[in-house]
Amino acid sequence: MAMAIRVFLLSLLFLSFADHSFSLYEDQAGLMDWHQQYIGKVKHAVFHTQKTGKKRVVVSTEENVIASLDLRHGQIFWRRVLGANDAIDGVDIVLGKYVITLSSEGSILRAWSLPDGQMVWESFLQGSKPSKSLLSVPINLTVDKDNVILVFGKGCLHAVSSIDGVVLWKKDFSAESIEAQQIIQPLGNDKIYVVGFVGSSQFDVYQINAKNGELIKHTSAVFPDGFFGEVLSVSSDMLVSLDSTKSILVTINFQNGEISFKKTHISDLFEDHSGIADILPSKLSGVFAVKINTLLVFIRVTAEGVLEVVDKINNAAAVSDALSFSEGQQAFALIEHVDGKVLLTLKCSHDWNNDLLKESVEVGHQRGLVHKVFINNYIRTDRSYGFRALIVMEDHSLLLLQQGATVWSREEGLASIVDVTVSELPVERAGVSVAKVEQNLFEWLKGHILKLKGTLMLASSEDIAAIQGMRLKSSEISKMTRDHNGFRKLLIVLTRAGKLYALHTGDGRVVWSLLLPSLRKSGSCEHPTGLSVYQWQVPHHHAMDENPSVLVVGRCGPNSDASAVLSFVDTYTGEELNSLGLVHSVAQIIPLPFTDSTEQRLHLLIDTDKHAHLYPRTSEAIDIFQREFSNIYWYSVEADNGIIRGHVLNRNCIGEVVDEFCFDSRELWSIVFPSESEKIIATVTRKLNEVVHTQAKVVADQDVTYKYISKNLLFVATATPKASGEIGTATPEEASLVVYLIDTVTGRILHRMAHYGSQGPVHAVFSENWVVYHYFNLRAHRYEMSIIEIYDQSRADNKDVWKLVFGKHNLTSPISLFSRPEVILKSQSYYFTHSVKTIAVTSTAKGITSKQLLIGTIGDQVLALDKRYLDPRRSVNPTQAEKEEGIIPLTDSLPIIPQSYVTHALKVENLRGIVTVPAKLESTTLAFAYGVDLFLTRMAPSRTYDSLTEDFSYALLLITIVVLIAAIFVTWVLSERKELQDKWR
Amino acid sequence: MKQTIIIMCGLLLFCLSLFISSSRAFQSDELLIEEEDLSSEGGFPDLAHIRSSSAQPPTTTTRKRYSESDQDSKIQFSLEHAFGDSEFSPAGIFNARLKTWNHGAQTLTKLRFSRNDFTEVEKEKFQNLLKGDDFYRIRLPSNVLSSPGREYVISSVKARCLPRESLDEHFVIHMEGVNILAVNYGAPGACPHPRQLQLPAKWSFKSHTVLKNSEQAPRAPVFSEDILGETAEGEVVPPPERSFWAKYWMYLIPLGLIVMNAITQAMNMPEEQGGGQAQQPGAAVQRGPTPAVRRR
Repeated sequence: MAMAIRVFLLSLLFLSFADHSFSLYEDQAGLMDWHQQYIGKVKHAVFHTQKTGKKRVVVSTEENVIASLDLRHGQIFWRRVLGANDAIDGVDIVLGKYVITLSSEGSILRAWSLPDGQMVWESFLQGSKPSKSLLSVPINLTVDKDNVILVFGKGCLHAVSSIDGVVLWKKDFSAESIEAQQIIQPLGNDKIYVVGFVGSSQFDVYQINAKNGELIKHTSAVFPDGFFGEVLSVSSDMLVSLDSTKSILVTINFQNGEISFKKTHISDLFEDHSGIADILPSKLSGVFAVKINTLLVFIRVTAEGVLEVVDKINNAAAVSDALSFSEGQQAFALIEHVDGKVLLTLKCSHDWNNDLLKESVEVGHQRGLVHKVFINNYIRTDRSYGFRALIVMEDHSLLLLQQGATVWSREEGLASIVDVTVSELPVERAGVSVAKVEQNLFEWLKGHILKLKGTLMLASSEDIAAIQGMRLKSSEISKMTRDHNGFRKLLIVLTRAGKLYALHTGDGRVVWSLLLPSLRKSGSCEHPTGLSVYQWQVPHHHAMDENPSVLVVGRCGPNSDASAVLSFVDTYTGEELNSLGLVHSVAQIIPLPFTDSTEQRLHLLIDTDKHAHLYPRTSEAIDIFQREFSNIYWYSVEADNGIIRGHVLNRNCIGEVVDEFCFDSRELWSIVFPSESEKIIATVTRKLNEVVHTQAKVVADQDVTYKYISKNLLFVATATPKASGEIGTATPEEASLVVYLIDTVTGRILHRMAHYGSQGPVHAVFSENWVVYHYFNLRAHRYEMSIIEIYDQSRADNKDVWKLVFGKHNLTSPISLFSRPEVILKSQSYYFTHSVKTIAVTSTAKGITSKQLLIGTIGDQVLALDKRYLDPRRSVNPTQAEKEEGIIPLTDSLPIIPQSYVTHALKVENLRGIVTVPAKLESTTLAFAYGVDLFLTRMAPSRTYDSLTEDFSYALLLITIVVLIAAIFVTWVLSERKELQDKWR
Repeated sequence: MKQTIIIMCGLLLFCLSLFISSSRAFQSDELLIEEEDLSSEGGFPDLAHIRSSSAQPPTTTTRKRYSESDQDSKIQFSLEHAFGDSEFSPAGIFNARLKTWNHGAQTLTKLRFSRNDFTEVEKEKFQNLLKGDDFYRIRLPSNVLSSPGREYVISSVKARCLPRESLDEHFVIHMEGVNILAVNYGAPGACPHPRQLQLPAKWSFKSHTVLKNSEQAPRAPVFSEDILGETAEGEVVPPPERSFWAKYWMYLIPLGLIVMNAITQAMNMPEEQGGGQAQQPGAAVQRGPTPAVRRR
């Protein structure tokens, strides 16, 4: 027993020594890494400015974030990120101190403390059937001195206490088959009206006692024409809707339990009307807005239900909800786009012709149209009313406008990154050196005093920040030129809004941004989505005078058969060079390993009909392509169907139009997974640009094995269909996970292995000759990570030195995948404590440095795990030779060392992906993690063995040398003198 | 695990050397739990080295199934081939026994293959493929009971890989119960890259067939406390004894140098002393001062 403890302690000690390669000191945080916090595209915003103190706005976003922002500077006071399937439906503030959020389709209601974002209470609202979810906070409704929150969700109306979240009463509507549209609570009244449709043509009103939830009255009426869409409440007893043809406006009056409909043809109101109308969901009192084609029409509803057109605006973009700012006065904001500027108009609901405010603000043309606007009022120094507007732009950015200027802006588009690629910075030219900032003596002295304070531990937190700032400034990391070590690059990121950003790897600032015109909504392209970014042109020969460019691929519509859009963007200037709207769709994009004379990379786009289209469309490209024509193979995965197919190019497409850049394909092989027992849940390949230093691997006893390195390997994981859901839905007996290694040229299954009693989700990473994957073991109730390594046996005979000397080896002979592969596979499984969001692997310039796995944990951090821990050759008692090789004794689980968190104390909320970029320095790699937040750091998996660290004291080295030389001279002189004296003696 | 070894046994028949090299991958791992032995028939000793001369009429594409007993039943499924872009046509018949296990699982055993010879038309087509370095494609049904199942599984190879003495082909059929997941078709050995145009000496097939089922993955090692204690206390593995030279070479070489140096010095000493007598005028004089002298 004692021995066991000793062994355990020893191994612990060993492990603690083994991996400190990434840990850093506290004051080094932020020197090589940067972290940016975002919240995503804002859906709802509630201002909180009444009380003295911090002025703030509480927002909820499409990334399921609730955040409290500083109204003065736009910084985040606090932020809470909800789960991926916990979308926020409504947000409000009650009692002046709680933020209330309704999420998960109206089933979870939470209260957060307004000052610091702590959760105060949470209540789960039960319901039976899915329905629209509505959150309503009546102003003066109290039950037993308790303010009530009304929530409609899952077919039930709940009244929830705002103090502790207790459900006071509940009224179930699931039996009535009503689709509730609105909860209306007239002021100073104890009645609540729930209005909604039954079917498409029946309108129902339920009158409910707000004190106890009792049904007072239920009335319904049938509207024979049928309704379309939703209702909008105009006043406390008046609703507006559209009929099913979308050409008639229907006003619904339900006063005193009597329901009456009144139809108004839009063409009656509005002469030259054509097309269909949509009611904007903005809640304005007594007025509503209808969008007809591009025209926005404001229509007033009189007490009798008569409609009259108030105004028509041609280039309007967004309308806010009404805001009551003084006694009975209500205002709303209207945003128009005039001459590339945003025109903000504040209208008074009751007095149309009197504009409270009219401001024109320049917001920059790279932000697109305004999507949403929220307004807030304040009292100016001259006691008049002032207004500020929070606007959400097309590129998801958030801006606060006040007094005709942009107070602050946040680039929230970066919270939804779709794809990342890298571009080099310009080469530093002789004439264009960056001017050195002259510092005066006082500044210099101050800096040194600060540093001295820092070393003597006397510095306050502000001083430390100042020291950090100085360090950052001095360390040239944010220069706009290429550096010797290759640390400075541009990250080109594509966001979901169709905007391209260039981020500097040094400090993460946005160098340029471009809202791609080809990925904006237009007549021909209804729902454009950006798919991916590729390096299109990387000039090496003309690096001084040519700019690199990237290719952005998108498609018009959510389905894969929608037509594709290509866009080419210069990465130095951020200008779109060219864009193509294609006739064909895009299912797969294959960057080919060939470039033309202008160093444009050839790309093959595969459409949904399995035709291949070559880009760029030049005759030179087709010449290069024809040379390699017979060596181009690709595969396609039909995950829903459970089939993987291999294809080869055949000949030019046969169609009406001769297109020499289009090629037919032929099916070469197929793998059909039995649909009742296997379902594809993950496929992973090697990164195309990965560099492998050597094929040979020296193992213990001076033996050599050869890695099987093929770019055409595909890792596939399948699970039983029953067990492809969430963990816990299947028993160990009915769950199994099968992994495959498939050669994508011939369709050969190199390896097939079953993990019985295991299930997904599978996260995998493929690099060199190994693949690591992560899954759940139902029998052990734990997550596991497995490794498969592939070794080439056909080259294993080349161990004899004499064979190498006399050239009798097959190391230089070409490999054909049509030969039968002679491979051996080694595999091993280990337990791993965390569940994983994503896995990546470090990549370096020459592939010499040992690898680390970068694991995005469930806690939104990035953990670096040395690849040596996932070695299939680990054994319980490694021999002396194996120990020398660095094989770690076998353990059943993988260690999680707190120092090896790459993100140290930070979190990358909603982590979605990790990208590694090799620097020029072999030991170092850049790791970029993105989710709602962005994080970039510089990593050295085997420490920086090829360069001195930045805190290396050159002065000490110089002083030592000088002292040594001086000492040599002194001793020489002394010895000469002594010798002379000796001779004279 | 055992199945793989059995499959390897099958491989042994035609490729002994391969067996030795590739079976190395599957040894060790006693941590594995042996799964129920699914194909205890002793592998596939009759892995069909059947020449196409004994082929059955090529029209039997439909499955014939007649049960001998409740447990085993004979089954047939057909191989089809295509030349380049042509349509698929029958090329041979696989015969096998379907074994039903107590727990309901069904596996194929005793697979036999009878290959049809190329007809004259097919020979010509195949020669065209050889000239054009094009693909020879084959397909099997994805379910052996209800052919073709969901879809055919297809495999292809460059036609120039096949001809040797005769036409050598190698099938690896990946099975999951009665489903065929995939078939890997190709030459039994290497297919060197600059593919030469070479016509077969004999227009007959030499076929090798291997059935493969999935193997079980190695389990994560389980350590209980007593195992850990046992390994720590019990077998303290002594480091392998190395030779005297391997251990002490770093001391021996300098020692040797010193000894040699001393010897030369010792040899020079008497020479210098006897130099005056000039008994040996030759080499000793020409050698001049020794290194030890020069150092002074």
